[in-house]
This record gives sequence, structure tokens and C-alpha cells, in this order.
Amino acid sequence: MGLAKRIIPCLDVDNGRVVKGVQFVDIRDAGDPVEVAKRYNEQGADEITFLDITASSDDRETTVHMVEAIASQVFIPLTVGGGIRTCEDIRRMLNAGADKVGINTAAVFNPEFVREAAQRFGSQCIVVAIDAKKVSAEGEPDKWEIFTHGGRKPTGLDAVEWAKKMVEYGAGEILLTSMDRDGTKNGFDLGVTRAISEAVHVPVIASGGVGNLDHLVDGVIEGKADAVLAASIFHFGEYSIQEAKQRMTDAGIEMRL
Amino acid sequence: MSDMKKSTVAVIDYGMGNLHSVAKALEHVADENTSILVTSDPAVIDAADRVLLPGVGAIRDCIGEMHNAGLVPSIRKAMAEKPFLAICVGIQSLMSHSEENGGVDCLNHFQGNALFFGEKHTDHDGSKLKVPHMGWNQVKHTINHPLWANIPDNARFYFVHSFYVVPENKSEVAGTCDYGLEFCVALARDNVFAVQFHPEKSHKDGLQLYKNFLNWDGKP
Repeated sequence: MGLAKRIIPCLDVDNGRVVKGVQFVDIRDAGDPVEVAKRYNEQGADEITFLDITASSDDRETTVHMVEAIASQVFIPLTVGGGIRTCEDIRRMLNAGADKVGINTAAVFNPEFVREAAQRFGSQCIVVAIDAKKVSAEGEPDKWEIFTHGGRKPTGLDAVEWAKKMVEYGAGEILLTSMDRDGTKNGFDLGVTRAISEAVHVPVIASGGVGNLDHLVDGVIEGKADAVLAASIFHFGEYSIQEAKQRMTDAGIEMRL
Repeated sequence: MSDMKKSTVAVIDYGMGNLHSVAKALEHVADENTSILVTSDPAVIDAADRVLLPGVGAIRDCIGEMHNAGLVPSIRKAMAEKPFLAICVGIQSLMSHSEENGGVDCLNHFQGNALFFGEKHTDHDGSKLKVPHMGWNQVKHTINHPLWANIPDNARFYFVHSFYVVPENKSEVAGTCDYGLEFCVALARDNVFAVQFHPEKSHKDGLQLYKNFLNWDGKP
């Protein structure tokens, strides 16, 4: 009896529609974000992450309205990420009904922003998103580096050290995405998940690579993740949230059923 | 239409933002005769039939803003006479003192302190536990109370906090949770009820608790 591990479906939203994800070239439409969020809420999702991948900033207003619509109908925690660069962006999303915001690239370019945001809004609502890629060669000790721009630009920052630094600056949670695995359906990068989860005292959400329900189990048991995030396995009806929770429960993981 | 049957719920806004989800959840369960008013106006709080004290952010700012906005007399008045519900940092603000922010004196409605889990918090078997305590945990009812109506014992609620309350008077504990240690997550005395978790983020059981609050006559 204790705290349950969480399953978090992620909605990658482009121009007001849920799409399959940034890493996919053939973007598939997965529906209206509000309807999708409601469906996951009914299926027993523990939280929902809304990731705004719209390229143009003109559509931010649309995002605000969607967050409002989701937050009025879905009574579970909602994290909003994508394009969060200033405290004003955070304030707008929280006022629209988001419970947490995800800060990614802005943290890399200006770590002080994380500190400022945590002091102003509280660590509980600051999720730092980390996109990591393995950079060590075969036979070398494992090493992962932070990448930006959808995994195209290296930063020279060591992923584990960066996670520790972000927590020191006030991150209340880490959303860790393996850029090697994202979109592959080959499972999480369990090495980096475990390395970061063991290095920090805040919860770590594993992301990137989920292709089946055993991957979710592995993320918690081997990767030591506190929560697992997935998108496409849920969007197209391959698996429901209930099925995922049942598989995890059967594997001995404490879940909210 | 007569105002006689109208009931109002004041959600206290002390400038810390994000009361949207609390208000939306209350609206979701309220009937057509109940108005939910998010307010920082002491007169509105004084006139309301029931009062909800949310909690957002760190305790020093919370208590500071309550004082700055001149809300403390209205909060005390409401706690003395009508159904009153405090959530999350709200429960901590009702204690005597909190360890957060280097130590902050709080409203002292419930005697006792808010303590930090610590960055090296461990489970009963010695394994590492993350802080904040974030996610869905089971709430055990330690008393029967109208606010627990139609909520199963050990139902899961959503938590996100690093500090927990330790009341001096154990008979005021209404619910507990286990996270490395068993701690108090709900307090009750007379017309005041306070919870550490977020009912507005706790799906159907959370909405049920809000519904119970709207139906509560303030008697234990």
C-alpha cells in the first residue's frame, strides 16, 4: 500500500489536432485534443500531458482555449509543454487550468529561468523536460547528452548532471525523453532512465520508445521511473489505459485501478 | 427569481493564481442554485454560505498574501461559523507553524506543525522515496465524517506536496496516508475540514468529496 506509479498519455498537438508525434514524418491525425483527453480520463489515465508542437506562435491562443476546455472537463492533473519560455507563458497556462508546465529548450538556453519559475510558481508545477541521446561508444562507460531541436543539436551537457542541476534549480519533476528511442517502438532507454531516477530525489517520467505494454513495466521496474508516458500506443486503440494498468499490476507494480 | 434559496460558495483567492480547477470542479458538482464565487473580497467571504480555502505555492507567500489582502479576519470568522474546507497548502496554513521557507507561523486553527519529508526520505524497507510526494495514494478514513460519504475507504487521491501536517490532537485526524511513514492527510473539527490532497484533481472520488462539501451542514 502506497504511492501508485502513473501512466500518462501524451497528446502532441499541432494546429489544434492530436498528431502522432514530432519524430514521425508521416503525421497521423489522432483527433480533437479535448475529446482525446476526455477518453483517457474515462479510461483511468493518472495524468494527461498536452504538448504543443505547433511551429507558429500565432496559435498559442488556440492552445490556451484547449487547455481551458480540457481543464473544465477532465479532473486529473494536466501538464502543458511546448513553447514555454517566460514566466508570463507559465502564468497563462496555469490560469487556463494547467497544473504543471513543461520547460524544455528554454531551460537549456537559460537555466535561471527554471529557478525563477520555481520560486514564483512553486516547484510542484515545474516539470523540466530533458531530451537525451546516448553518446558513448560501444564498450565505453554509458554517457548521455542533452540535445535540442528535436534531437538534432547537441549541447555538450551531460544528461545526468543536467538533471541534477535542474532539480537543484527547482524542477519538481523530470520528463525524460530518449531521442534515440522516440518513435521507434523499441522501448525506453532504461539505462538513462535509471541513471537519472537514481541521481535525483524528484519523480522521473520515462518517455520515448513505447511500443507495447511490457515496455511500460520495464520503465518502472528496470528504469526506476515514477511514471511512464506514451502516445501512439494509446491513440490508435492498440491498447487502452486499463489494459496497460492491468499489465503493470500483474507485474507487481502498484497502480491506481 | 428569489435569492432566498441561492447558496454561495466563496473560493478564497489570495493572489497566488490557478483557482480555475478548484472552481471548475465545484461547478461540475454544484446544482443550479449554487454559485461558486472566486473572490478576494472579505465581504463576499463573510456573506457566503460555505468557504473553500485553496492552497497554492509556498507557505510564506500564502500566509503573507492572506495577511496583505486583509483576508485573515474573514477566514477566522468563516472557520468559526460555517462549512469550511481547506485543501493542500490550505491545510498547512491552518496549523500553528510550518518548517517551509525557514519557518513560518501559520493561522493556528489546528495545533501542530507542517514538517518536511526531507530529501533523503525512505520507505519502510529503507528504499529511496521521491520528494515531493507526487501522485495517487490511498487515503484511510480514521473517523466517519459527512465529507467521506460515498467515498470508499482507501480510495486513491492525487497528492503533490513536500510537507505534511502533524496535529497535536490526534482526535482531529480524519484520514491518513502512508508514504514511508503514516501521516495525517485530513483534519476535522466542528465545521472545518481540511485535506492535503487535491480533490479537484482526484477524478470521481475527488468530485464526490466536493459534492459532500456542498451538501454539508457543518456538523461533524
